[in-house]
Amino acid sequence: MSKKKERKVKIKNGKVKKRIKISRIIVLVLVGCLVAFCAFPLIALICRAFMPLDELYVFPPRIFVRRPTLQNYKDLLTSLSSSTVPFSRYIFNSLWVTVVTVFCTIIVCSMGAYGMVKHKPIGAALIFTIVVAALGFSGHVTKIPSYMIVSGVGLMDSYAALIVPSVATAYNFFLMKQFCEQLPDSLLEAARIDGAKEMRIFWTIVMPLLKPAWSTLCVLTFISSWNDSFSPLVYIHSDAMKTLPLAIQTISGGAGVVARSGTPAAAALLTTAPTIIIYLIMKGQVLQTMAYSGIKS
Amino acid sequence: MSKTAKTTQVSGVYQKPVESKVHRFFRENKTGWLFLGPFMILFLVFTIAPVFVAMGLSFTDYNMIQTPNFTGVTNYRLLLLEDDVFIIALENTLVFACIIGPAGYIMSFVMAWFISLCKRGRGALALCFYAPSLTSGVAMSVIWLVIFAGDRYGYLNHALIQIGLISDPILWCKDSRYILPVIVIISAWMSMGTGFLVFLAGLQGIDPELYEAGRVDGIRNPLQQLFYITLPLMKPQLLFGAINSIVSSLAVFDVATAVAGFPSPNYSAHTIVAHLYDYAFTRFQMGYASAVAMFLFIFTFTLSRICMKIFRSDD
Repeated sequence: MSKKKERKVKIKNGKVKKRIKISRIIVLVLVGCLVAFCAFPLIALICRAFMPLDELYVFPPRIFVRRPTLQNYKDLLTSLSSSTVPFSRYIFNSLWVTVVTVFCTIIVCSMGAYGMVKHKPIGAALIFTIVVAALGFSGHVTKIPSYMIVSGVGLMDSYAALIVPSVATAYNFFLMKQFCEQLPDSLLEAARIDGAKEMRIFWTIVMPLLKPAWSTLCVLTFISSWNDSFSPLVYIHSDAMKTLPLAIQTISGGAGVVARSGTPAAAALLTTAPTIIIYLIMKGQVLQTMAYSGIKS
Repeated sequence: MSKTAKTTQVSGVYQKPVESKVHRFFRENKTGWLFLGPFMILFLVFTIAPVFVAMGLSFTDYNMIQTPNFTGVTNYRLLLLEDDVFIIALENTLVFACIIGPAGYIMSFVMAWFISLCKRGRGALALCFYAPSLTSGVAMSVIWLVIFAGDRYGYLNHALIQIGLISDPILWCKDSRYILPVIVIISAWMSMGTGFLVFLAGLQGIDPELYEAGRVDGIRNPLQQLFYITLPLMKPQLLFGAINSIVSSLAVFDVATAVAGFPSPNYSAHTIVAHLYDYAFTRFQMGYASAVAMFLFIFTFTLSRICMKIFRSDD
């Protein structure tokens, strides 16, 4: 009986495999096109950032670099005569604002989510309803009053202006709360019976358990903060406080101008690389949990 | 002496239950509130209060210098009936949102699902599909402007001339006929990963035993698995992704201005957020700009509400 069943399954599997092989070619072609579409601009950017001067202006236009050089980066970091602020200052501005924002976001959101989910204080349900409602509109809606608050408090043109308003976003909190609900109550109960203080429970038990959640949050916040060009446009006036997205517009000669020289490409690559690197570092977390779920098909 | 002792005793007896109720209320809620506190303060100040402030400002003529005067619905009347540029912005934004929103949403789900079915190369594929949404629109505009450059040096013009589709280069980023499609392509490129990580995380969270159970119950191919097991279980993530793509596709601004300039030729890349930025932070007509913000708010909010109705989980 069992042998017969096994045979049937085998035959079925064989049929399914053949059918997949025909459809697989179509899928592979489609995926291949998508991969090309996704990767092309990035590859073109990487090549341009390392192109020597003569290759940048050659006709017919060249996509791939033949003799890579670091000259564009040297120009970018040392002899950028058009501006009084060294380019390294922009890198520092972006890095500082992003790192502090990510750090604060993770702490504030995981604390809030933990407090809401595991302590359920009065009003938690109402707050969550508001948070969910706040997911439904973009930060642009609140920019005018935020601008008035920031300038009223005297934070214009400071790092705080770029950090403080973007720490408590509904998006991040919602994500954290969703993950938080999967935490087992039993562990927390056990720690409480052992007499651990709430802060201790939070740091030693909750935070490690939330690691996949805050790794994801780390990636998302890093991207949004690092790439944010709207906030600096609104809050920052002086050259020295600009972050990378604004600096690139200055270097490439403003919006709409085709910057064919190598320095804007080098600056663009410098701006793009960190987000990809942070994703690659955190990817382990994301894909590791994925491997555990191991979908066998 | 005995009298005072008696009263304290009596008061002690009477106060104890009253005090303990209040005390218990605080004891039960204190830790939760303390944990929620930092988030709540920042959230109230920079997200909730601003919505109401903007709502109030939209009925005034506030300009950052003079004290605001109440002007009723004048701002809204001007905005919807007389501001031709806003109508252009609205049209452009809707074109963006209708193409980029659904396309980005479906693509990122299909990609996440496809990757979860792959046995090898998951990491490389995930990186490839997710990398575009990791980039900054402003930074990438450097290379997009080279690809869509209006002369023969532009990659696209060169390729099309080589193939023989066109004989003269097209001014992709200056001709108002082509600006919108160009920005749609760029935004589509960037929006493919909007919900990608959320979907990936959601797909991971599904218990593999459910797939085993499904196989026992007669589910044979991955498509059936998708429709009968994966999608129903992923409703929360799908909703989250849907709301995000609505919000982000209606807020196109930086790519459009970085590629087409600000203001763009014939306002062909003008969006609602661009209009908001123009009136709020270059002309400082905060009252009018708040009306634009409120329009964006009501629009996105209504769409998100509809989404929540569609994707509502039953439990």
